[in-house]
Amino acid sequence: MRFQGTDNYVATDDLKVAVNAATTLRRPLLVKGEPGTGKTVLAQEIATALGAPLIEWNIKSTTKAHQGLYEYDAVARLRDSQLGDERVHDIKNYIKKGKLWEAFTAPQLPVLLIDEIDKADIEFPNDLLQELDRMEFFVYETQETIKAVERPIVIITSNNEKELPDAFLRRCFFHYIKFPDRTTMQAIIDVHFPGIQKMLVSKAMDIFYEVRDVPGLKKKPSTSELLDWLKLLLHEDMPLDVLQSRDPTKAIPPLHGALLKNEQDIMLFERLAFMARRPNN
Amino acid sequence: MFFSFMEELRTAGISASLKEHLALLAALDADVIGQSPEEFYYLARATLVKDEALLDRFDQVFGKVFKGIFTEYGQNPIDVPADWLKAIAEKYLSPEEMAKIEKMGSWDELMETLKKRLEEQEKRHQGGNKWVGTGGTSPYGNSGYNPEGVRIGGESKHKRAVKVWDKREFQNLDNTKELGTRNIKIAMRRLRRFARDGAAEELDIDGTINGTARQGWLDIKMRPERRNAIKLLLMLDVGGSMDPFIKLCEELFSAATSEFKNLEFFYFHNCPYEGVWKDNKRRFSERTQMWDLLHKFPHDYKVVMVGDASMSPYEITHPGGSVEHFNEESGAVWMNRITSTYPATVWLNPVPEKQWGYSQSTKIIKELMNDRMYPLTLEGLDDAMRELSRKHGH
Repeated sequence: MRFQGTDNYVATDDLKVAVNAATTLRRPLLVKGEPGTGKTVLAQEIATALGAPLIEWNIKSTTKAHQGLYEYDAVARLRDSQLGDERVHDIKNYIKKGKLWEAFTAPQLPVLLIDEIDKADIEFPNDLLQELDRMEFFVYETQETIKAVERPIVIITSNNEKELPDAFLRRCFFHYIKFPDRTTMQAIIDVHFPGIQKMLVSKAMDIFYEVRDVPGLKKKPSTSELLDWLKLLLHEDMPLDVLQSRDPTKAIPPLHGALLKNEQDIMLFERLAFMARRPNN
Repeated sequence: MFFSFMEELRTAGISASLKEHLALLAALDADVIGQSPEEFYYLARATLVKDEALLDRFDQVFGKVFKGIFTEYGQNPIDVPADWLKAIAEKYLSPEEMAKIEKMGSWDELMETLKKRLEEQEKRHQGGNKWVGTGGTSPYGNSGYNPEGVRIGGESKHKRAVKVWDKREFQNLDNTKELGTRNIKIAMRRLRRFARDGAAEELDIDGTINGTARQGWLDIKMRPERRNAIKLLLMLDVGGSMDPFIKLCEELFSAATSEFKNLEFFYFHNCPYEGVWKDNKRRFSERTQMWDLLHKFPHDYKVVMVGDASMSPYEITHPGGSVEHFNEESGAVWMNRITSTYPATVWLNPVPEKQWGYSQSTKIIKELMNDRMYPLTLEGLDDAMRELSRKHGH
């Protein structure tokens, strides 16, 4: 059971080693990296590659750790008691399983994705320490312990909005997806747009890396944005010479909306174009 | 196994624990990787480093500890573009020239000489046959040709040298944080006053029991969740003498913005006067009048001023003392207005407390603040937050 990347996902060697270590030892794999470098997609691809079902737990700022374990719906039980519903006598009817519970008791070994763990409250990872370490937890209402039949494969992603506690990090493998270099990028594009013209890609990548290199950009375009942009270029049937004639007075690349996502960055490019237009300056 | 490696890592400030070490051994035991140095490096990295800022340091330690152990010449060098040297020129050597390049000695000798050269040489270098650089015929550097070449950074064009970790790809992610944002956030948690407002989405058990007893039927009451209701006004000194503290202030700022919902911030220079601003690029065109600010934000706002309080005393005590413009009223007058409008005000000073006594302006500001000046350290921040959360008559 070795992860080698898939037909849709280009994995670098270091990523493969990290994933294989995490799946073999069944410890959580923490994945960080710039937004849009394929952190979330990674979990989906691991699931596909291993033929395992994927359980996604998307974290929001209001998500509490215990919601991943279970929730006891007291209000529904109160209501049922008034209506004289039979279900009221069994507390189990009012316990809703969380994603972790689901993953622990899944009939087939699943991949559990805890997406954007840094969105939650700062104590969130600490509250999940034991559960992720021992892969078991206790349900007070029914006095039972839920233990993982087989330790699930856990992938955790983070966008670095909050720092994670050391005790939590100790229990994970870590991988930082760095921004892909040109060769890897070429491989990624080949996977997504098999028939795309070589010249177009090469020109587009020139422009893309140039844009990334412009100092002072608020948000640098990432892999997913390059793919979107290529899709747009293909869709619009952008003639090659538009990309080729890199007129310095037009610093903004065509269909820039896919690459530049905020008005300060667009302003910056307009200013650059303006400066290029001024003669001998 | 690998005890010296662990020791070196810890000395370098990568706090790899026993737990992680055992995980590494377990992974090796489970045959997670094949038998190549690269894979071992990747595995060790994934196990022992948990912060991308430390990756570069890890690469250096790894290189140091395993120097000379992995000597097989680059099997499968990975195509990664050069990082610290750009291979601009590439020499095409004739067979005669290649023959001329004699081996300079054993691997260890090469490494030793290399170390010396690196120490002697400080600038980037290209071509030539002695210095470390690109495209040369010296055994050191990249894109060069020598049968026993050592690759330093750069691409392996002739597929001779090993060392993925020498590429030091994570160099610009390295930073040494003294006061991490996490610590700041923990300190700021002191400043919490929970209040219930917003949508009613939590079951109010007491209310429900009460209502049910009163009505005779089940009367479910809901209430809003408790949230932090503290309102914070952050005023930051920018420019000039504050430049060395930019990083610290940024961390404070990022911690504060994520911790408090009701946060307003403004900038000033040296001492607050009649105008403050929100955008440093447009500081002269888009100013907020201090009077507007004092009227707009209610008295229950807590004010945190951040600045080094180092300036000429006239900038505080005299009208017209400001370095940037002519101020009609002195800084002291404005400081008093702020402290009297907002009873909960503190000043955080990034300069170490020991040095405060040497600066007259710091003493004046401290006096104007009624001694509520705290150093920008974890302890100082803790004290400041405690002061802010005291009851203040309002």
